[in-house]
Amino acid sequence: MLWKARIEITLKKEVLDPQGAAVENALKALHYNNVKQVRIGKYMELYLEAEEREAGAKQVEEMCRRLLANPVIEDFSYTLTEAER
Amino acid sequence: MKFGIIVFPGSNCDLDAYHLVKDVLKKEASYIWWEETDLSGYDALILPGGFSYGDYLRAGAIARFTPVMGAVIQFARQGGLVLGICNGFQVLTEAGLLPGALYRNAHLQFRCGWTYVRVENHTLPFTGAARPDQVLKIPVAHGDGNYYVGPEVLRRLKKNRQIVLRYVDAAGRESAAANPNGSLDHIAAVCNESGNVLGMMPHPERAGEALLGSEDGLVIFRSLLQYFDQRGGGSGD
Repeated sequence: MLWKARIEITLKKEVLDPQGAAVENALKALHYNNVKQVRIGKYMELYLEAEEREAGAKQVEEMCRRLLANPVIEDFSYTLTEAER
Repeated sequence: MKFGIIVFPGSNCDLDAYHLVKDVLKKEASYIWWEETDLSGYDALILPGGFSYGDYLRAGAIARFTPVMGAVIQFARQGGLVLGICNGFQVLTEAGLLPGALYRNAHLQFRCGWTYVRVENHTLPFTGAARPDQVLKIPVAHGDGNYYVGPEVLRRLKKNRQIVLRYVDAAGRESAAANPNGSLDHIAAVCNESGNVLGMMPHPERAGEALLGSEDGLVIFRSLLQYFDQRGGGSGD
């Protein structure tokens, strides 16, 4: 079965996000004064073959730990859905 | 003493490092392509600056999985001397040979210019020729040099004296203005626990000739030569 993984990678809460801060300031310059914080991360989509969701999820988890995210500064989360061929 | 200079697609300070070793230090140097896995015969490895694999995903993240890095990890585990400069530092953190991570400069700008760094540990193979607290004038050129490490590891780094260089002003004082990238605790260079792997953001290979504005980078390389001579030379052990 073909699965679509949607992966979100964010900077850990305790890591300063200079890009997010710059965008936050830009939004305030546009008078969105109720914006309290902006954090910028990465969004990835990947398609993979796996017989069961669990096996696919296990692999995506491993990919995140080994390459897609840097555990020193980043957190990750993902969802798997059945993909259309 | 023979130096190996690791070359990834996108490395661009490999020539600078080669020039410094060959023409300034008058020592042997060879380029090592990222597909190589045999590092026998080298006494020290340099991972040069640049933008390996275009900094895709994160700086150093892709280079870390090249065949040569498997050999570099083995080389380091056996006590071999490994110096990562700029992108090389990023690769070494991604490979887990050095603690911490380097990410986007706090001010978001690419910073290219002279910095001053203070030698915080002068007892290493990379700093043995330095005076305690010596201030070195060495340039930086990077967009992702902001060093971060969690509080627990930071405590360990301090305890083990693994923070090797800190950004300071010309008088040797730490300040936000003297820190070119927002690095935690003004950290410019760290080493591994056993002290044979060093990563630094400033470029010592670009500060090896008076003509270029500073010879202070030679302190790092002369330290390596001195360490090698004192250990009795001999390659590949």
